[in-house]
Amino acid sequence: MISVQNVHRFFGDKHVLKDVSFDIKPGLMTGFVGGNGAGKTTTMRIILGVLAANDGQVLVDGTPITADQRAAFGYMPEERGLYPKMKVIDQLVYLAELHGTPAAEAKRYGLELLERLGLKGKPTDTLESLSLGNQQRAQIAAALVHRPGALILDEPFSGLDPDAVDATVQVLRDVAATGAPVLFSSHQLDVVERLCDELVLIGNGEIRAKGTRSQLLALDTSNDWELQMEADTGWVRDLGVTVIEFDGGYVRFQTFDETTANRILAEAMTRGVVTKFGRVTRTLHEIYKEMSK
Amino acid sequence: MSIQSATPRPTFWKTVGIVAKREIVVRCLSKSFLISTIITMAIFLVLMVFAPQLGKLMMGDSTVAASGQVATALQKIPDLKVKEVADDAAAKELAASGEVTAAVVADASNPTGMKILVEKDLPSSLINALSVTPEVEILNPDAPHPGILYMLRLGFGMVWMMAAITFGMSIAQSVVEEKQTRIVEILVASVSSKALLTGKIIGNSIAAMVQIVLIIATVVLGATINGDIIPLDQLAGPIAWFAILFLFGFVMVASLYAAAAALASRTEDLNNTVQPLIWLVMLPYFGVIFAGTNQVAMQVMALFPLTSAVAVPIRIFQGDSPVWEPFAAMAILIATTAAVIVLAGKVYDGGLLQTGKPMKWREALKAEA
Repeated sequence: MISVQNVHRFFGDKHVLKDVSFDIKPGLMTGFVGGNGAGKTTTMRIILGVLAANDGQVLVDGTPITADQRAAFGYMPEERGLYPKMKVIDQLVYLAELHGTPAAEAKRYGLELLERLGLKGKPTDTLESLSLGNQQRAQIAAALVHRPGALILDEPFSGLDPDAVDATVQVLRDVAATGAPVLFSSHQLDVVERLCDELVLIGNGEIRAKGTRSQLLALDTSNDWELQMEADTGWVRDLGVTVIEFDGGYVRFQTFDETTANRILAEAMTRGVVTKFGRVTRTLHEIYKEMSK
Repeated sequence: MSIQSATPRPTFWKTVGIVAKREIVVRCLSKSFLISTIITMAIFLVLMVFAPQLGKLMMGDSTVAASGQVATALQKIPDLKVKEVADDAAAKELAASGEVTAAVVADASNPTGMKILVEKDLPSSLINALSVTPEVEILNPDAPHPGILYMLRLGFGMVWMMAAITFGMSIAQSVVEEKQTRIVEILVASVSSKALLTGKIIGNSIAAMVQIVLIIATVVLGATINGDIIPLDQLAGPIAWFAILFLFGFVMVASLYAAAAALASRTEDLNNTVQPLIWLVMLPYFGVIFAGTNQVAMQVMALFPLTSAVAVPIRIFQGDSPVWEPFAAMAILIATTAAVIVLAGKVYDGGLLQTGKPMKWREALKAEA
């Protein structure tokens, strides 16, 4: 397990990471979500050791991460970069060799990855001759070609069409299935929500929430309730709760007491047919929007 | 350790080897390398094969018209064609019409007893041939030919400057390309910046040496063709020292270029950050051209690490170099190169992950990740 622990980072006077802590569990896909400038990339670069933390540390199974462990990571930086004039497969082999993979093995696996990721074009094409989406596929393959023990991917899905997203996810899941921790960032919550096992939400340099999707939703306990019935709901006002919204047969009210809410339901059932009643749950999107402020 | 890749991380020198191999392949197959190598080789072949023959070709054409006793006297001069005519008037006519280069007529008032009549141009070779010259005794028959010496200065200076600028620029471009495309983030996440820099320097130095060796081979070929004019045995020592000093000097220049490139974030800023280095590598070229005859200046340049690669071989060729001098120059150069590599490594490390406007050397030295 990779643990980011109480990490702080300043750029000049700007405090861009404030006591950031979270875990990336082995075998799981962890989504790292936050708006632009929230601190995702800075955090990832600190995990990779490309950037140093001003305070705090990165641990692997409880002990500070070593250079050897970092060298086993697969990394896809936010600003994409491979050699523009080099053949795609040659770059994969080069990067894999730097990680200790023999050239022949790297070539074989590199070609396999490119095919699985759906690269359109020849592996012997130069990077600059490929379309952006295909360059992105090559970039993902570059992060995977040395069979990494952990994956840190910054916005891996941006610029991919839905088919490519699915193909990529499948490849990433296979890596996770080997027991590797996988962290990927995104500012597109819908993608992350669909793909990841765990979520870490970051806003303005602070971790706002972390856990599985249902944990996050459960954490967001709302005291809003809503009632929909065929009769008028104006009477709810007189029962000692705060009405937030009212529209004939629909009312949204706030109470901190479930018994009170149930009393209202009982009252409603005596007045007509209830079509909907319950606690108001917000979507992950709404939670994210509020938290990332 | 729960996190490990399928294969163990390569050692420092294995990594250096992988990086160097890529640099060599990319460099040696690049158009600019192939073109500059071929052009330089062609220039040297032309210089070595044809230049010494140039004088001969020009002399061959002159024919003079003369009559009687004068004609008989002229025929004794080698390399001079004489057209014998009936009298001086006929000779003068031929010269005036341009049919011969000049007419030579008898003239009792001149110590030589002859007078040259030309249409317009003064035929200096003919004047030399007919002049009365004092007896000349050659004291040092092995002394270098001044023309060859000049060519040698030009040659060593040019090879040094061109190779240093070409390969310096190519290592700089390779550094800035990695910075600009951000692949450097992937690289330094798995490889130490020292291994990366070392691999780049070694790779580019090997590529540069390949070019130098090809050029030297061309020079030797040219010298063999012109065996009687260019003293190959006298050139062997200077060329060998040039190659040795060039190797260390180039490593120094290459590390400076790599460091300068790490200060820039974009190719556009590269000219800006490497400009001071271009002056440094031009130093030996202009040094030997302008101060080549000044013994003191040449000795200083022979010991100064930036100029020794060019100055030492010339001093050896001239026979001015004491035995210890090339070795002292090499020792100074190696020590300087080692110091420069340490400094360049720091600057490279400091500048590698910085982005934005070009950094100053001082900023990069102080920078931390």
